[in-house]
Amino acid sequence: MSLAFDDYGRPYIILREQGSKKRMKGLEAYKSNILAAKAIANTLSSSLGPKGMDKMLVSPDGDVSVTNDGATIVEKMEIQHPTAKLLVELSQSQDAEIGDGTTGVVVLAGKLLEQALTLLDKGIHPLKISDGFDRACDVAIKHLENISEEIDIQANEHEALIQAACTALGSKVVSKRKRELGKIAVTAVLDVADLGRKDVNLDLIKIQTKTGGSVEDTRLISGILIDKDMSHPQMVKEVNDAKICLLTCPFEPPKPKTKHNINISSAEDYKKLYLQEQQYFVDMVKLVKDSGANIALCQWGFDDEANHLLLQNNLPAVRWVSGTDVELIAMATGARIIPRFQEITPEKLGKAGSVKEVQFGTSNERMLVIENCQCTKAVTILIRGGSQMIVDEAKRSIHDAICVIRNLIKDNRIVYGGGSAELACAIQVLQYADEVSSVEQYAIRSFADALEGIPSCLADNCGLNPITSVAQAKARQLQENNHRIGIDCMELGTTDMKEQRIYETLSSKKQQIQLATQVVKMILKIDDVIAPDDY
Amino acid sequence: MDIVGNVLPQVLKDEATEDKGEMARLQSFVGAIAVADLVKTTLGPKGMDKILKPTGPGQEMTHITVTNDGATILKSMYVENPAAKILIEISKTQDEEVGDGTTTVAVLAGELLREGEKLIQKRIHPQQVIAGWRIARDVALKRLRDISTENDIESQEFHNDLIKIAKTTLSSKLITTDRDYFADLCVKAVLRLKGSSNLDYIQIIKIPGGTIRDSYLDDGFILKKQITIGCKRRIENAKILVANTAMDYDKIKIYGTKVKVNSMDKVAEIEAAEKEKMKHKVDKILQYQPTVFVNRQLIYNYPEQLLADAGITVIEHADFEGMERVAAATGAEILSTFDAPERRDQILGNCELIEEIMIGEEKMIKFSGCKKNEACTIVLRGSSIHILDEVDRSIHDVLCVLITTVKNRRVVWGGGNSEMQMAAACDEEAKRVQGKQALAIEAYARALRQLPTIICDNGGYDSAELVQNFKVELEKGNLSYGLNMNDGSIGDMKELGVKECMRVKEQALLAASEAAELIMRVDDIVKCAPRKRERA
Repeated sequence: MSLAFDDYGRPYIILREQGSKKRMKGLEAYKSNILAAKAIANTLSSSLGPKGMDKMLVSPDGDVSVTNDGATIVEKMEIQHPTAKLLVELSQSQDAEIGDGTTGVVVLAGKLLEQALTLLDKGIHPLKISDGFDRACDVAIKHLENISEEIDIQANEHEALIQAACTALGSKVVSKRKRELGKIAVTAVLDVADLGRKDVNLDLIKIQTKTGGSVEDTRLISGILIDKDMSHPQMVKEVNDAKICLLTCPFEPPKPKTKHNINISSAEDYKKLYLQEQQYFVDMVKLVKDSGANIALCQWGFDDEANHLLLQNNLPAVRWVSGTDVELIAMATGARIIPRFQEITPEKLGKAGSVKEVQFGTSNERMLVIENCQCTKAVTILIRGGSQMIVDEAKRSIHDAICVIRNLIKDNRIVYGGGSAELACAIQVLQYADEVSSVEQYAIRSFADALEGIPSCLADNCGLNPITSVAQAKARQLQENNHRIGIDCMELGTTDMKEQRIYETLSSKKQQIQLATQVVKMILKIDDVIAPDDY
Repeated sequence: MDIVGNVLPQVLKDEATEDKGEMARLQSFVGAIAVADLVKTTLGPKGMDKILKPTGPGQEMTHITVTNDGATILKSMYVENPAAKILIEISKTQDEEVGDGTTTVAVLAGELLREGEKLIQKRIHPQQVIAGWRIARDVALKRLRDISTENDIESQEFHNDLIKIAKTTLSSKLITTDRDYFADLCVKAVLRLKGSSNLDYIQIIKIPGGTIRDSYLDDGFILKKQITIGCKRRIENAKILVANTAMDYDKIKIYGTKVKVNSMDKVAEIEAAEKEKMKHKVDKILQYQPTVFVNRQLIYNYPEQLLADAGITVIEHADFEGMERVAAATGAEILSTFDAPERRDQILGNCELIEEIMIGEEKMIKFSGCKKNEACTIVLRGSSIHILDEVDRSIHDVLCVLITTVKNRRVVWGGGNSEMQMAAACDEEAKRVQGKQALAIEAYARALRQLPTIICDNGGYDSAELVQNFKVELEKGNLSYGLNMNDGSIGDMKELGVKECMRVKEQALLAASEAAELIMRVDDIVKCAPRKRERA
């Protein structure tokens, strides 16, 4: 690759190691970028909607995962193309911000790029296209807000929330049990939600998976489940009215961080040291016991002797509790995390109704359940399923549902799903396009076409004729002035999404359109790609 | 390249591949069905075994396994195909969850996919197939629950059920000729647990030699260790102290300790102190006045001698599991510190007799008449270690099934009866369902009927005829009929006494449907570039 040549056609060396680099510029660069991004969008497009299919992904180590979740798919595909990576990030930022709609956002970006490609062929400057998209995006967002409806999340035993969760779960492998799982998710979120502040701390919902049983056996535990058992096999398996001592120091003789040596030079020293060592253990256990605690959870390990002393003092204990679990237990039981034995006081203990060991299956695996915590603000969803892949996918699905519910609690405005919101926006954008007198008009019109791509993709995945169904839905929206007409994916006999009760959150839809537009704009601004040759 | 002929930029890594649509689906069907076909021949009382031979240098002929257990076969296989991996996964889960039916679950999932493939070829959308399967699964599950019966846990019927279930499970294993004997043995072992589901209490010891028939259930607890030389070999009314403590030398646990001396005398002093420390520990142990001392860790000669002098029988180096079992069986507490001799009565375990016994060539220690009489030992004998391994797996399966039955208590008729009844329920449902899904429901019924068919085929009988006759008998209302694999006919399972645990069937049905659905939903397989490994 060379940037410049002298009179004799010899290249000037401008870039370091320029011989081993390649360069694409101008239209070639645009097209190559767009095609790469579209390839990703195409892969994802068949996962969209309730009848979307799953992808099977084989990791570099040969592990298999099957999923329908856009963010997970693109993450596990290990994409190397730089522009395609932008779409991966797009999906991930939707996941981080909203948690749902990760497939939709990539598909929309793909449709927009497709439109951009035709516009480029017409000779329209990329910046004009992105300006047009930008203006169209504003119009679409404004219209989304206009057609959004506020729902009463409290009414009818949180029916609206359950419906929204069902919509999120509808496209997943667990869709058969979407109602049950939706209810579990809603209860879990409401248990930990701070309705006054309209906020939910999702850290308080622990999702624990365990293979075995079936998805129906998934249940909500109003407490915390930790994948650990008692440190000594003979400790009691159940503690009622537990007073929990939460420690982050090991039951071992202290290990000062300063490097030191203890030199023993006589037999007396040796004996003294022995006595002191014994004293350490006795003191530790005594401190815990004296505080009134009847169970100790520790982030670190126990020495054998300490372990036995705990048993002897009738103090069940758990070792190697993970850091996140320690924090969660602290929040739920009101315990203070105690970093040193000397600081144990009765006030710092956490309280819970019961702590007990439960067993699963034949292979003797045990877990601890902490129930009826003092500040019952932490719950665990225990997911069961026939195999690791199902359990993993169920976990991702429930996470999506939980995010949707959280978003609704934060902002209770919804739009209707089934492609109806996109169609309504497309109509609005199209109207606006005709008012624009500059070149952008074409870009704005294309934006509307891209929006229509979503319902068309939905219809395609459901085995309906995409062109007919989108045309019909669009015509009915205009004729009846009803923005709720969408695609009847489930073949329920009505295209009114209000009757089908397909809800999506306004925040998710808004975010989708905004993020997709942004990424497309970014891709359209790249006119030169310089990369190492072997990349 | 895309359809128009543009060269698409490479999006994935170099060696990564992506298969879409039909190709992806074909790949998963082929893989899953191949795996199912592989284990299919092991199904049923006339199923065959497989030899598993490990690859890798130097171990070609060493650790071969001969088995009929689906999970063991699948676990040991290395497969590349992602769908095949899913089947292996569900088989493993089945093993962990209920312990038996590991072949059934893989075969059922495979048969479902085989039927699914036909439907796809008929241009039915996978989602439609899944919708149908879901209806079928619910119907089948409901029928399975309806036909199962429950007996009171204390009753004689329940006891008989257990024996029948054990026999049915054993009938497909290597020890089928001695199934009466082993069924009785396993049921006795499980009933000793008194409803608890802790398999740890049942210990299985394998000793080559003798015949399978020489295996027996010992109501005591057998520890595969030896009594240290110089101690009594037979102790009556033993008081047992179980410990997990260092008895070699007591290392100092305080961090950063070092011994630094400036003369030889001091060394001697320290050594004496060390010795004294050990003696002190032994003295403390002696305060408990045990007659037997079991330690998990090594015991050096010096403390061993001190203990032996005090007339205590010493058992060293009992591994963790062995120690936990001794503790559980004798009601002892596992000690690591020895400062509470006043709690002696709670701490020491009791048993009436400890003696050294010989099984075959090996010396072992037997604890009989233990305080907590739950533990027991199954001693397996057989002419080779491969046979013993297989018998061990079979017994494990039976014990798991029995424990599951004790927990769940619901039983169904065996001999393919439950599968045929479920299939019948699906067929009835298919008549009432509108739309293409009905085809999928029928397919589900066919897949279920494949299980008895395969069992017949494996026995070398005319499966088509038998299964059809079977269907007719059920239609006539003989709801307890099933396959009689002894003479290749249809018989009343009530008379033959073939019963199975409902929970095993239920779990197999659920897991197989879930897996089949999972594979069916896939329309795109992305294989990442394999991780580069540095050659050592």
